[in-house]
Amino acid sequence: MANKDSYSIKVSADDASLWKVNPPLLESLDMELTERCNNNCIHCYINLPTDDLNAKKKELSTEEIQAILQEAVSLGCLTVRFTGGEPLLREDFEDLYSFARKLGLRVALFTNATLITAALAKVFVRTPPLMPIEITLYGMTRNSYETITRVPGSFKAAWRGINLLLEYQVPFVVTGVLLPPNREEIEEFESWATTIPWMYTAPSYSILFDLRARRDSKQKNQLIKGLRLTPEDAVAFLSRKQEKYLQEMREFCVKFTRPQGNNIFSCGAGIRGGCVDAYGYFQPCMLLRHPDTVYDLKKGSLKDALKNFFPKIRNIKTKNTDYLNRCARCVLQGLCEQCPARSWMEHGTLDTPVEYQCEIAHAQATALGLLEEGERAWEIKNWKERIRNFSGGTPTYEKKKPCKNQVMQEG
Amino acid sequence: MKAKINLDATYVQSEDLVSREIEGELIIVPLVAGMGDMEDELFTLNETGRAVWAKLDGKKSLKTVAKELSAEFEAPPGEIERDVTGLAEELLKRKMIVKASKK
Repeated sequence: MANKDSYSIKVSADDASLWKVNPPLLESLDMELTERCNNNCIHCYINLPTDDLNAKKKELSTEEIQAILQEAVSLGCLTVRFTGGEPLLREDFEDLYSFARKLGLRVALFTNATLITAALAKVFVRTPPLMPIEITLYGMTRNSYETITRVPGSFKAAWRGINLLLEYQVPFVVTGVLLPPNREEIEEFESWATTIPWMYTAPSYSILFDLRARRDSKQKNQLIKGLRLTPEDAVAFLSRKQEKYLQEMREFCVKFTRPQGNNIFSCGAGIRGGCVDAYGYFQPCMLLRHPDTVYDLKKGSLKDALKNFFPKIRNIKTKNTDYLNRCARCVLQGLCEQCPARSWMEHGTLDTPVEYQCEIAHAQATALGLLEEGERAWEIKNWKERIRNFSGGTPTYEKKKPCKNQVMQEG
Repeated sequence: MKAKINLDATYVQSEDLVSREIEGELIIVPLVAGMGDMEDELFTLNETGRAVWAKLDGKKSLKTVAKELSAEFEAPPGEIERDVTGLAEELLKRKMIVKASKK
């Protein structure tokens, strides 16, 4: 027998060293419990009204969600993320939460905090989620917050929820959303965030807003486009902590920046994870709802989707000439957030270049000195040399870049 | 501070956790607060720990567990007893096992 000082080893499920041989088929699962939300945020890509009875009627039942969670656990899943819409709108939320925890899942919860009650906080104390709750805060004043959420009383409700979590010592973190009504409040927001005991890093923000994921409203899309930062302002915001930004970009570029060729998927979508929507369709990621890329769990299983369906989808090659001439040859492929999900939301296709993302990536690359003013990244020949000069290392061509869709989007 | 272990006592895995076997790894997922030091901690056991853990059924005393392991592993009985005691101390401290006997 091995004689060690410690017999149990503490691990985080994000720690890859947990799996000595192979990771399980499913490591983590996102579950969008509803598309309905009690806020009506101006920038949101998914929300439907709370009282949308049609949507509510179509949502998965408690038993259907429980069956999906059971299958997820049988495939090795360790973490489920409940998101929405506003997941706390589900009347059976507490049952689903307890069910998931008793199966041995850690639960990540994305919420606006407005529906957190003392009773729910006590549930989280009794059975901790084992992940900090993630709260999106839309503003530090009632005016900025409710200009964004468009629901009177939502500011007070959010703070009531946050204060309950503080009072009961339920770990949570906050994320921000950079929008015109709150742009002057960043300093105040970040300063307050440092007082939250479980915030070990500065808050992350949503800044590049996606269009409606269901492609359901031209009017809302127009509004969202009007809220986006200009590429110059986006770069200024991203690089506001210059040293840290430069360091991160150097490390990122040397690993991930390279032409992608005719594969349209360069992220890890659909590999050991995915997102079940409110109606039982399994998506490779939270955003991608193109009908050709979603799997109906009412007719199949998570296992079949992960083993057979998603690999087929991930193997899709583009024949779109515009994409082949630009994105396929573009060295900024890693830096740019062009992906099938964004192509779907902007154009209803999987492989159409998204101009906004292209402009942001070019502005970043120019600011970093990877490109000269006016250069197009798919035309440069000496890209390896440029990355070497910038990063101080040879490109390592790591296969997967992290899927930013899953960390930067609020519910 | 180390928890006090009695080799004649029987211990059982706590109901406040879920132990899962995933891809050959034993993962312990707490259901209550206080087992870990951070909010997102899970636990896995090393080879020694797994062998002991599997036998903590609330029926066998730690002495019996050590004896059974002596038949399965090529190690001096004293060392095995120390391993069993060491793990039991750690698990008891984290409330991952509870005493099943009155001893």
